[in-house]
Amino acid sequence: MVSLKPEIRIGFYVCHCGHNIASMVDCADVAAYVGQLPGVVLARDYKYMCSDPGQELIQKDIAEFGLNRVVVASCSPLLHEHTFRAAVAAGGLNPFLFHMVNIREHASWVHTDRAAATAKAKVLARAAIRRAALARELPQRQIPINPGVLVVGGGIAGIHAALTLAEAGKHVWLIEREASIGGHMAKFDKTFPTLDCAACILTPKMSAVGAHPNITLWSHSDVVQVDGYVGNYTVKVRRRPRYVNEELCTGCQECIGNCIYKEPKFPDEFNEGLGKRKPIHIPFPQATPQVVLIDPQVCLNFKRGVLTDRCKKTCVEACGDRKAIDFTQKEETKEIQVGAIIVATGFKPFDVRRVPQYGYGTYPNVYTALEVERLVNASGPTAGEIVLRDGRRPSAIAIIHCVGSRDKKTNRWCSRVCCMYSMKLAHLLKEHSGAELYNFYIDIRAPGKGYEEFYDKLNEEGVHFIRGRVGEVTDWAMIPEEEGKLVIRVEDTLAGVVRRIPVDMVVLATGLEPHADAQAVRRLFNMSCGTEGFFLERHPKLAPVSTFTDGVYIAGCCQGPRDIPDTVAQAGAAAAEALALIDRGHILQEPNTAHVLADCSGCKSCLPLCPYTAIGFDEATHQAVINEALCKGCGTCVAACPSGSIGQHLFEDDEVFSEIEGLLTADPEPTPALAATP
Amino acid sequence: MKFAYFPGCSLKGLGRAYEESLLPVMRHLGLELEELDDWNCCGATAYMAVDEAKACVLAARNLALAERSGRDQLLAPCAACYLVLNKTKHYFHDYPAMKATIDRALAAVDLAYAGDTAVRHPLDVLVNDVGLDAIRQKVVRPLRGLKVATYYGCQLVRPYATFDDPYNPVTMDRLVEALGATVVRYPLKTKCCGGSLTGTVPEAGIRMVYILLNEARKRGADCLATVCPLCQFNLDAYHAQVRSEYGDVIVPTVYFTQLMGLAFGLPEKQLGLHRAAVPLRWRPPVPEVAHA
Ligand SMILES: Cc1cc2nc3c(=O)[nH]c(=O)nc-3n(C[C@H](O)[C@H](O)[C@H](O)COP(=O)(O)OP(=O)(O)OC[C@H]3O[C@@H](n4cnc5c(N)ncnc54)[C@H](O)[C@@H]3O)c2cc1C
Repeated sequence: MVSLKPEIRIGFYVCHCGHNIASMVDCADVAAYVGQLPGVVLARDYKYMCSDPGQELIQKDIAEFGLNRVVVASCSPLLHEHTFRAAVAAGGLNPFLFHMVNIREHASWVHTDRAAATAKAKVLARAAIRRAALARELPQRQIPINPGVLVVGGGIAGIHAALTLAEAGKHVWLIEREASIGGHMAKFDKTFPTLDCAACILTPKMSAVGAHPNITLWSHSDVVQVDGYVGNYTVKVRRRPRYVNEELCTGCQECIGNCIYKEPKFPDEFNEGLGKRKPIHIPFPQATPQVVLIDPQVCLNFKRGVLTDRCKKTCVEACGDRKAIDFTQKEETKEIQVGAIIVATGFKPFDVRRVPQYGYGTYPNVYTALEVERLVNASGPTAGEIVLRDGRRPSAIAIIHCVGSRDKKTNRWCSRVCCMYSMKLAHLLKEHSGAELYNFYIDIRAPGKGYEEFYDKLNEEGVHFIRGRVGEVTDWAMIPEEEGKLVIRVEDTLAGVVRRIPVDMVVLATGLEPHADAQAVRRLFNMSCGTEGFFLERHPKLAPVSTFTDGVYIAGCCQGPRDIPDTVAQAGAAAAEALALIDRGHILQEPNTAHVLADCSGCKSCLPLCPYTAIGFDEATHQAVINEALCKGCGTCVAACPSGSIGQHLFEDDEVFSEIEGLLTADPEPTPALAATP
Repeated sequence: MKFAYFPGCSLKGLGRAYEESLLPVMRHLGLELEELDDWNCCGATAYMAVDEAKACVLAARNLALAERSGRDQLLAPCAACYLVLNKTKHYFHDYPAMKATIDRALAAVDLAYAGDTAVRHPLDVLVNDVGLDAIRQKVVRPLRGLKVATYYGCQLVRPYATFDDPYNPVTMDRLVEALGATVVRYPLKTKCCGGSLTGTVPEAGIRMVYILLNEARKRGADCLATVCPLCQFNLDAYHAQVRSEYGDVIVPTVYFTQLMGLAFGLPEKQLGLHRAAVPLRWRPPVPEVAHA
């Protein structure tokens, strides 16, 4: 056991956290127990330590009792370590003379036996007291923040965040994977519930992004590496070749007209494969940036992606003096420095082939909702006419809700927007085709401003709503009226009958899912994912756009399904959080860095281990040297040093060992039986 | 590969043609089946509905016998046996009370069940263990020109979708295609065959049989291929009743193993094709032999 120096004067506080702790831990008993431990000058229990009076209590006690260490037993340090360090500093002590112990998540919330939970709280507190006794004063370094911001994903979330930051004078790098920004919203015809034209409200923002002096837009690009820490991130971006020089291309598109392929021949991604495009193309008329690109998989001048120079290159001729087409363009990696990052990578629609009973891929007239967004769109493949894949025009249309949502076999969550977009599509399809419309739903979820009213309007328009999860879509006809139709088999749970409803067209209201590469992106930015795979916010109520990594924020559907109004609100919030961080100008670095002790033998085994290349070697002294500015406090070198010659601030060996002793000491007092006696 | 083999009552009775065709086909592919010694009823049909625990005990005895035989895989060709044996295994693992009942009953006859035996269906073994390539190699008379509606019935993939999709199973489709036949798209492939309704509520049962046969005919199928003796029986035995209710819908129903036997060129007598009320008359074309 480490003997305590006489001057150690510890103040101990145990928090009730209302009933959160007090209902399962006898706080007064814990205080009484800790009060008699060596070095403890005073021990109190208090209802809410994080409240202003709680914090003032600490400050007052420091002055009155000459405390030089403070230990608070309460919730997770993640929540309030910062609060109490600040309180201790306000009381005149170095903030690192404070130690926090978690008896809520680690004791009261996870146990059901009050006596045992109380005993455990005492042991945890005892360990903390031992550790605090050895705590040292540490200086805190100020590090300047880089004012640039990286925004990843150019959907409406990324666009709105980028513009907000750019307007506030910050430089933004907007990285978009596809050839154009716009995300899903760019594909819609109208938006619910107001039915305003999606392009009319989105494209002005897109061109504002393209033109803004404070925004560097890199489309057709991926973030491949992120290093550094809050305020100072170094990001590597891979710019894939589009075989067209962005600076030189004017967006005139004469090359497209003159492509050797007279007719568009290849499935057009932007139109969900419903239309065709040429090898040289622009995703859609309002694409931003207004720059064409060449698909090397199908361009005649390439063979499966490899340059061959086989084509007559009529596109190059058409481009003429502009000389924008460059078949030799190579992939480039750029490096940028930013202080904050906003991840706004959006969602992926559910893959409807996972529910084979709905016949997508088997019956040509079964569509996904996103395909129908293009079909009803005036700039879509049919110019807004509802012409089916087999050339027919529908007289009855079914919309099946909750495909890949609220379903234990696929995704359990509600995708939040499908009821509303299904009703939007019902309205538009009826308007464009005059067909009878049937919505098959489980519950109608219309909880937004003007949303329930929109539902009412649809009912008035004569759109049918049938409650029941559809069993299957089949071409098995039982009566002549069903011949040649798609039959919806469903239990109508309001009427209590099984129905067969023949239609010509089926729309699957696909749910929203995390991207297939969400795990890779999560690792790239050191974020977490919830069980469904969407990125996890720091706190579901109080920190909805922050992540567990400082300086990394999330916005839009990458955090969970939501509609455009909520996405924009969240993007604004993420931009504001990033601004608040940047405008602080500097951050205080946690002084948890490693340091080399005098007895380093110079074996160099730590050098290659450091993930941040923070360790150098001093040839003169023949010892390792740690660059504190680069060290992130991961502790790898500390553990690896064969002679134990690397220490780490806040985690010194004697502190940690003493804490462990505190946990393991065979002290009879905190056993449940004793704790229960008055 | 060696398997313990549980024929169940059907394959010794009404469904004889299934066993008759299964055994030579499996032998032809080098698979050995060792019939369980002293097997009993699998526990399916009425038992399950009346007393689930007793039904599971019956099934468990067969599982225990399989374990005792030293084989770790039990082949159950009848879809009903396959389901009950699998269900019992699930119950045994999931419900301690059921496990206790089974343990007690088995102990009374000096048997024990550890819960390890894998219950397999021949379709699964053929496609996933033997493999379509090995099967293709054995095809000497490809079923070229035969249009088949693959009919899985309700029990093979539900509720335990062990080897195929419960809504849209395709294993038999792939197998039948490997034999050289054409699969017609048959959206009723997992619908009910009428089960015991053909006996208890004939109007309902016959209607279901009619729907299945009629849809197969409309889609141009020369035959239905099935994996279950009860499906085969219902679809084969009630043509007269279907005719008097709805008019003639003559489509033969065969076991998938019979199609395999035909494609492998096994002697027809071995395949039990003659046992059906509406037998399949179609025969694969004899391959032309090139003369030097
Ligand atoms: C069929 C359908 C209809 C809808 N209709 C409406 C409606 O009428 N009204 C409404 O309010 N909401 C509607 N919604 C919801 C709406 O689509 C979303 O609220 C909105 O698109 C969310 O925007 P976002 O920017 O978060 O995501 P997205 O629109 O998905 O944009 C994400 C962007 O990030 C890019 N990206 C992804 N991964 C990366 C990466 N790793 N690196 C770089 N870039 C990446 C993507 O290419 C994309 O451009 C509808 C949804 C669907 C499916």
